[in-house]
Amino acid sequence: MRIAIVDESAGRAAVICEGLAVLDDCELFVVTERRGLVARIEEIKPDIVLMDLGNPSRDMLEEYFSVSRALARPIAMFVDSSDEESIAASIEAGVSSYVVDGLAPHRIRPILDLAVKRFNAFARLQADLAEAKGKLAEREAVDKAKRILMDNRGMSEPEAYSELRRTAMNQGRRIADIAEAVITAHQLLGGQNA
Amino acid sequence: MPDPLTIGFLPLVDAALPILAHEHGFAEDEGLSLALVRDMSWATVQDRLLYGHSDAAHLVAPLALATTLGRGRPAQPLSVPFVLGLNGNAITMRPDLAERICPPGRLGDARQVGTTLAATAKTSAAQGKRLRFGVVHRYSSHNYMLRYWLAASGIRPDHDVEIVTIAPPFCADALEAGEVDGICVGEPWNSVAVERGAGRIVLATAQIWRRGVEKVLAFRETVLEERREQAEALIRALVRAARHFVEPENWEANSRILARPEYLDSSRMLIERAISDRLLLAKDGPLVHYPDFMFQYREAANFPWVSQAEWLYTQMVRWEEPGYNPADAAKAARVFRPDVYRSALRGLDEPLPGASSKVEGSLSHTTVVGTEQGAMTMESNSFFDGRTFDPADLKGYLAHLP
Repeated sequence: MRIAIVDESAGRAAVICEGLAVLDDCELFVVTERRGLVARIEEIKPDIVLMDLGNPSRDMLEEYFSVSRALARPIAMFVDSSDEESIAASIEAGVSSYVVDGLAPHRIRPILDLAVKRFNAFARLQADLAEAKGKLAEREAVDKAKRILMDNRGMSEPEAYSELRRTAMNQGRRIADIAEAVITAHQLLGGQNA
Repeated sequence: MPDPLTIGFLPLVDAALPILAHEHGFAEDEGLSLALVRDMSWATVQDRLLYGHSDAAHLVAPLALATTLGRGRPAQPLSVPFVLGLNGNAITMRPDLAERICPPGRLGDARQVGTTLAATAKTSAAQGKRLRFGVVHRYSSHNYMLRYWLAASGIRPDHDVEIVTIAPPFCADALEAGEVDGICVGEPWNSVAVERGAGRIVLATAQIWRRGVEKVLAFRETVLEERREQAEALIRALVRAARHFVEPENWEANSRILARPEYLDSSRMLIERAISDRLLLAKDGPLVHYPDFMFQYREAANFPWVSQAEWLYTQMVRWEEPGYNPADAAKAARVFRPDVYRSALRGLDEPLPGASSKVEGSLSHTTVVGTEQGAMTMESNSFFDGRTFDPADLKGYLAHLP
């Protein structure tokens, strides 16, 4: 079976491709370029196209599928919508898929399930990364705010930190928020290098 | 606050009404909370609507009909109780092609440009290089308006010229790369192409059909029934947004809201031009005022005329198989729900047309028509070729089209 993975995010395409590599009777093709997409699909002649749900080229590709004579027409997965649950899972994960008419459902199902899993795994990776970045940014803000207090109020580092923590507790806010407020106030008052 | 109503949209100027209803608190005043979800293709907007990620959607009108009739997907009945606007699209061509077929400095005349284009298109086709036009979706008013104009000008779509689908954000790229010779798209995407020197605006779709139906607010039929009260509250909030949208004193503020990254993520200046009906036709050219380029409120513009749905159905069967079928025609007509519109606005100060269907293109000058409350004035709603569409005889209309 020939599977085309269309995704403008090369990272996600790689994660999905790696996941599907365990299937033994499948050939995988990755397309990340928008330009020339239709010509590429025509070359690949896929039985299944997996595409990220939000891909801006979907309308163009669907139009091509509906008029193409070069290809056995792949149709949106919703054609056999007997399996509402798996469709919902796939929309939730952000996968859209197009399947050549007539492929047996028991052959498609494992591929779609696997694709959904990989999409979800990728989304988790992204969330972890964003969280890690957020934490790093927060630490930087706290460090900056401490320096401002040390420079302007002659505090030691531990004093500056406990001042931030005390204010956060009094106001029921997070230390990072207080630190941001200190930096903003410092900038507004003409402070440098904050 | 009740459950939020989630509304899907594409980054286009005519997604304005739900965005403004939310931003100006009109929805909140009606006891609603709105969540807006932006996507980049109609296929995604449609998927979210069909599988319950969204409750309603900003949608190209013919796609609501196609979904109901099961074209391209299994049939899922949709309902349209509100029209988000009329027209607001334009045809932009490669500058060298525009120069050959359209005098500079102003919008072309639809008949004249059509005639010149016909000659150019046939020469190109004879040389084996058919002109290629991009539209935003197979089931879009853009596709049907462009085809209507071409066919009435003696150009056979799919024979003399090619028509392909290109997502709005890529239209300017495609023109620039020479992948297409012209595009029919909504704002701000024509203006983006103009700013980049990739195209010149030659016609507004309002020149093809002066009052052509454009985007609609679509619900799944079952969702509209289940959440009927909320849907009617939303209609009231959208009417207020429409009234606000057309007031010149609000243009600057509204274009500022629409330009924001979470909405159109585009240039405030280009958006303000569209909503004030002013267009820069060519790079370094003059700004041209074309009244009613967009038409979001007056003359009960938001009323879902059944005859509009029927006109769209005739265009669908004109250009693709399967052909006309009375059962499909009836299903298509039922997608538009003037009964819901009336029920939402009855007793308020908005004109409710006396009829739910009209002969489209029949008014060539200002006319007074009856409403439930009395009367309202309507201006010309002509098609450029002077044809009229009588919803009482769809087959007769189809038989006489070129």
